[in-house]
Amino acid sequence: MSKFLNLSFENKVALVTGAGSGMGLITAQAFAAEGAAVALADSNETAVREAAEKLSASGHKALAVSCDVGDEQQVEALVERTVSAFGRLDAAFNNAGVQSPAIETADASGEEFERVNAINLRGVWNCMKYELIQMRKQGSGAIVNNSSLGGIVGLPGRAIYHATKHGVIGLTKSAALEYAARGIRINAICPGTINTPMVAEMLAKEPEAMKEILRDQTIGRLGEPEEIASAVLWLPTRE
Amino acid sequence: MNFSFQNQVALITGAASGIGLATARAFAEAGAALALVDVNPDALRSAANELASVGRSNIPIICNVADENEVAAMVQQTMSTFGQLDIAFNNAGIHAPVAETADALGEDFDRVIAINLRGVWNCMKYELRHMRKRGSGVIVNCSSQSGLVGTAGLGAYTASKHGVIGLTKSAALEYAAKSIRINAVCPGSTDTPMVANALANEPETMKAVMKEIPLGRLGKSEEIASAVVWLCSPGAAFMTGQAIVPDGGYTAR
Ligand SMILES: NC(=O)c1ccc[n+]([C@@H]2O[C@H](COP(=O)([O-])OP(=O)(O)OC[C@H]3O[C@@H](n4cnc5c(N)ncnc54)[C@H](O)[C@@H]3O)[C@@H](O)[C@H]2O)c1
Ligand SMILES: NC(=O)c1ccc[n+]([C@@H]2O[C@H](COP(=O)([O-])OP(=O)(O)OC[C@H]3O[C@@H](n4cnc5c(N)ncnc54)[C@H](O)[C@@H]3O)[C@@H](O)[C@H]2O)c1
Repeated sequence: MSKFLNLSFENKVALVTGAGSGMGLITAQAFAAEGAAVALADSNETAVREAAEKLSASGHKALAVSCDVGDEQQVEALVERTVSAFGRLDAAFNNAGVQSPAIETADASGEEFERVNAINLRGVWNCMKYELIQMRKQGSGAIVNNSSLGGIVGLPGRAIYHATKHGVIGLTKSAALEYAARGIRINAICPGTINTPMVAEMLAKEPEAMKEILRDQTIGRLGEPEEIASAVLWLPTRE
Repeated sequence: MNFSFQNQVALITGAASGIGLATARAFAEAGAALALVDVNPDALRSAANELASVGRSNIPIICNVADENEVAAMVQQTMSTFGQLDIAFNNAGIHAPVAETADALGEDFDRVIAINLRGVWNCMKYELRHMRKRGSGVIVNCSSQSGLVGTAGLGAYTASKHGVIGLTKSAALEYAAKSIRINAVCPGSTDTPMVANALANEPETMKAVMKEIPLGRLGKSEEIASAVVWLCSPGAAFMTGQAIVPDGGYTAR
């Protein structure tokens, strides 16, 4: 097989945040299926433990870590546990994130700004910081941050979410330039509207807002998390 | 072209220095009444004194834009003084120490986001409450070329300025139907005290940046002010949700 088409993660270690649900879960499973040892991190401890147990039961190396990515110390411990369990860190998918109910800027609350920012933006920064401390030692590694279509365009009622996702692209570009010469690549992925529990919840709670979003899907359907996982696994491959 | 903002009220944050001060001068010369907002009381007082001889009238308001309560009070004071708010330039912002991501400090990240991103959001929130009541208004948010491209060592600053563009686009879509226009300006490296400080503290980084400006020089504060004033003028009436880029050609490469 051409080295450019080898997507195997045999003997590689992957870390996925928000691995208890949606795109994170499917991507963690995909890394495992390609042979990686996977650290699954989520603030929902039950979900992530069940996911890791399932992977272990079918013969994969999997570690569940309960972690709030908004808390820098918990993130430091997450990377430490991953490295002490599996010896290194080759790929990280910083995916944990939350939506925010649609509301126009003049009516939105500061608490909501802080909640979404802590997880979506500071959370990605926390993860990158400690992953990079490890990858810099190794002189290798690849990071994929989960931004969103919201990192590229605006949407009425979603200013806070879109600010955090634009911010993720900013973090990604600056960090990519910092580490390019040291064998570490950093990219972001910007999913459109994907069929995950996050979107299912929006469909249930905000049917009107969602109707508009669905009308705008040029391709006539939602994306599937497997389609995002496919892009995420492609990005870290090298040989 | 001759811009007149006679009978209009403009609010400018970070008005005591650099780009904010140059923009305040430009609006004052064009006849607007000004709310001059800054966290630095001494610099703010001297800016207000200087502009008193130029414009219609101005009030200095001491306010930390990162503090939502102070911002609410600041907009309130503008309204009770002038009775209206036509234009806002949300410009206050800071730089963070240069550090690669693995070595950067959480507290520096939080400070930059609090002022540059949450600060802009705080200001927009209360400005929009008045503008939406009236069904008119123009907002310009100060992003940066760092809102569009990355720079090694400036992760948090880059994130904050990208975020400002995200806020700008979403809010522009929210209020377009209410005749409120919201745009961002993305200055390249501009000759202000912020850059003078950075030049002094990080000479190597700044030298590298300078080499990459196609026009071969720093921008002038007046050139950024000129873009802001234009965005607020009737000539830009069809412009909303955009990020315009006076950067000496830096991001064109
Ligand atoms: N679904 C979409 O349409 C869509 C589109 C673009 C981007 N995204 C982004 O993709 C990512 C994953 O979204 P999803 O649709 O799979 O969502 P999801 O809600 O199905 O899964 C998100 C997971 O993240 C976890 N999580 C939330 N806060 C956390 C925290 N503080 N620390 C650790 N884990 C936390 C949740 O427990 C959950 O398991 C998010 O960053 C989201 O913003 C989603
Ligand atoms: N100078 C540049 O090269 C450049 C380039 C791109 C973007 N910018 C942006 O332009 C804006 C103005 O920068 P400048 O170069 O004129 O800087 P400056 O340091 O000369 O002026 C900034 C002003 O903002 C005030 N300020 C800082 N924190 C504040 C707070 N929390 N609340 C209220 N006021 C506060 C300062 O007291 C100062 O008067 C900033 O947002 C900056 O990020 C500057």
